[in-house]
Amino acid sequence: MQKRVIFKARGLPYLLVLPQIAITVIFFFWPSWQALESSFFIEDAFGFSREWVGWQNYRELFNDPGYLRSFRSTLIFGLSVAALAMSLALGLAVAANRVLRATQGYRTLLIWPYAVAPALAGVIWYFLMNPSLGIVAYWLKGIGVEWNHYVNGDQALLLVIVAAAWKQISYNFLFFLAGLQSIPKSLIEAAAIDRAGPVRRFWSITFPLLSPTTFFLLVVNLVYAFFDTFSLIHATTEGGPSDSTSILVFRVYNTGFIGQDYGGSAAQSVILMALVIVMTVVQFRYVERKVNY
Amino acid sequence: MNVKSILTATTIASLAAGAAHAEKAQVQFWHAMGGTLGEITDKFAADFNATSDTCEINSIYKGNYTENMTAAIAAFRAGQHPHIVQVFEVGTATMMAAGDQGAIYPVYKLMEDAGIDFDPSAYLPAVISYYTDTDNNLLSLPFNSSSPVLWYNKTALDAAGVDVPETWDEVHAAAEALKANGVEKPFSFGWQSWTQIENFSAWHDMPMATEENGFAGLGTEFTFNNEAVVNHIQRIAEMGQDGLFGYGGRRGDSRAQFVNGETALWINSSAYYGGFKQDITDFEFGQAMLPVDTDLADAPQNSIIGGATLWVLQGHEQPEYTCAAEFFQYVSEPEQQAYWHQNTGYVPITTAAYELSREQGFYEENPGTDTAIKQLSLNTPTPASKGVRFGNFVQVRDVINEELEAVWSGDKTAREALDAAVERGNALLRKFENANS
Repeated sequence: MQKRVIFKARGLPYLLVLPQIAITVIFFFWPSWQALESSFFIEDAFGFSREWVGWQNYRELFNDPGYLRSFRSTLIFGLSVAALAMSLALGLAVAANRVLRATQGYRTLLIWPYAVAPALAGVIWYFLMNPSLGIVAYWLKGIGVEWNHYVNGDQALLLVIVAAAWKQISYNFLFFLAGLQSIPKSLIEAAAIDRAGPVRRFWSITFPLLSPTTFFLLVVNLVYAFFDTFSLIHATTEGGPSDSTSILVFRVYNTGFIGQDYGGSAAQSVILMALVIVMTVVQFRYVERKVNY
Repeated sequence: MNVKSILTATTIASLAAGAAHAEKAQVQFWHAMGGTLGEITDKFAADFNATSDTCEINSIYKGNYTENMTAAIAAFRAGQHPHIVQVFEVGTATMMAAGDQGAIYPVYKLMEDAGIDFDPSAYLPAVISYYTDTDNNLLSLPFNSSSPVLWYNKTALDAAGVDVPETWDEVHAAAEALKANGVEKPFSFGWQSWTQIENFSAWHDMPMATEENGFAGLGTEFTFNNEAVVNHIQRIAEMGQDGLFGYGGRRGDSRAQFVNGETALWINSSAYYGGFKQDITDFEFGQAMLPVDTDLADAPQNSIIGGATLWVLQGHEQPEYTCAAEFFQYVSEPEQQAYWHQNTGYVPITTAAYELSREQGFYEENPGTDTAIKQLSLNTPTPASKGVRFGNFVQVRDVINEELEAVWSGDKTAREALDAAVERGNALLRKFENANS
């Protein structure tokens, strides 16, 4: 028997959700509308003149090979960060789940990096890998790898991927650990009695049962890589060398704040916004269908 | 002393302070000088406030150059802008375009209206020519200006048995000798658009764009994909292939290479002087004039500046503007300028400050610290060497960075990269022209 609460007065429920709606309207709908609107104008920095240009800002974007390359680097960056951060976190979570002694200590240590701001995470790695000063770059040279992310675009991309993934591992670790602990012991014990080895047990029982967590994390990690890593890029490579690490969200900032091209920047954020909407729709469709709560 | 008397005393004190506060005209000054530079800037404001009964300059650090300028523009759009804002040289065209719309109070007019005797000829021509309009009126007050110089590691040069190079051929020869003597990346530079294109062009008296490098109109078009610059960039690319040049990133990122001795010849701003003096302990360093390309010119023309100026925004009360004008006069005085110059490596902006530093014996004690100012005042600036003024220039510099990086990594030849940079740069110029006409 479900208990239902019924509001007698008609206005009260609306009043109660009003703050949330107001926040959404002020902080989401209004700026989104503004972005949408300014994407159709060309404007000077001080806002004296504003000229309606229709789709010109969008046309320019899609005629710009650099912008199209940004889609590619964003995709590579996003997928690599998600894959790296999730696989390492899963490995660590499985290991931590088996630890018998000092469990709390291990977990705390593994969660630490999450407290580091993305910009700092980037700077730490940037410093470690600096071709002139970095200790990791020095080791790499020792084993014959010529490391210079100032010149080599692939190395620069690899660097920001590692930095972004490193920071996200802790978050994934927490969720995976919670997921692992909610898997009924009886299932695993039953499989063990049927003589399934640890590897078999993991892939046949644990991994499928973790799938809601895994999917949730995939979406969260992609969103993180697509949008939250701006400060990391800004603090380290600033999109270079050439434009190899210039991911979409960084380009929005660069065009708008550095270049004061508000129309072009707004058009880019509209495209990004469309991308988020598509990703969210996919998430909900998929999660609704595949996951049993 | 009991609680009551403390309360009374503090109340009276704060009332008195409030009254004094209200009497003085309040001027907001947003700057982008962090660290030691910021401390000196704030000190100037505080010292000025102490001398004036009518003025109070509120010196506020607002982040780096870009952040400071963006903040001021956003504030202007909201009607909450400061009186004085520090803008870096690449933002000049944006500020000037805003000036045409009445957002800017030009410095020459500010001084005139405040009744302050203001003589532009007291300033170094190469410094103020960057910030004057076509009628030679000064629009913003030069504050911190520097110029690129050739920094060299004297210890490494001596060990390799070579002199400080004066031409690009000598740079190449010196780099080879240094390499043979174990210097890993003998030659490098920072701020590549500024040092290797803008200044390389001015130094050899070649325009990098039409319309007097943009001074004469918004219709300017880039021409730096000319034979001379292409050959120059190609030469550096070849030095890179031979291990004689090691690229170390945008802006001043390659500074570490010079400081730890990996690089012995480094072209970048003279304003690194203050930091080098502190950080470099294990070798002798010095600064020399930029190398000359003898195929292009027998003698150099003059170098151009980088740095920032102080712009005054419209929309405040006259007493506050008078106050700003007095502050400008104060920071331009030889004492302040000489202090600034000697402690930072920026050039003194007035001839008097230069003279004063010389009289104080600063250059004898610190040889080479007058390199930048000598370069700037080498000759009377020509239309090709008085500076550059381009719209969307911050983005254009990014385009140049991107294209040059493609050359250093071997993805493009100098010709391909500079052609692409000019084409992409021109598109940005046209966009600026459309938005501001």
